[in-house]
Amino acid sequence: MGMTPLEIETFIKTAFPDAEMKLVDLAGDNDHYELTVISEQFRGKSRVQQHQMVYNALKGNMGGVLHALALKTIIPTLN
Amino acid sequence: MNENPAFTHIENLIKSNDVVLFMKGSKKMPQCGFSATVVNIMERLGVDFTDVNVLADPQIREGIKQFSNWPTIPQLYVKGEFIGGCDIAKEMYQSGELQEVLKGSDKS
Repeated sequence: MGMTPLEIETFIKTAFPDAEMKLVDLAGDNDHYELTVISEQFRGKSRVQQHQMVYNALKGNMGGVLHALALKTIIPTLN
Repeated sequence: MNENPAFTHIENLIKSNDVVLFMKGSKKMPQCGFSATVVNIMERLGVDFTDVNVLADPQIREGIKQFSNWPTIPQLYVKGEFIGGCDIAKEMYQSGELQEVLKGSDKS
């Protein structure tokens, strides 16, 4: 069970090429992560929609192969 | 695709109760840390809510994931609207938005 950090990063980078992300393996077991994704693609979307976009990027692995992912989505600040 | 038979049940639950938390375990005895976090938030806010233990009903457990297009439990509904899971509930609690959404809901 679980996914390696590289697998998760690859899914995210594929769906959000512009993204900056931070991934922490909380328990060192490849199954409990904290993920922060910063992407322009979130602009104009509700929080629920933003999280759905990330779950979609993980192609059905969330809630199945991957048990726990604390997720935070952030819209970049415009300068 | 035929509509999932659990959807009618879920719709009734979220229509007839102001605040519904689909969770693992019960509000008295949560069986998952993420569910427990949302229960704690609701209790801190003094909001009465209906708990639905998805572990007791496999049809609801799978049905609610499709219904909300959301892969994980817990799931919070307020006045028929999907608010989010544990992360969103926590973020909205910290920013005060959850308190706004819950205004006018039944207080315990």
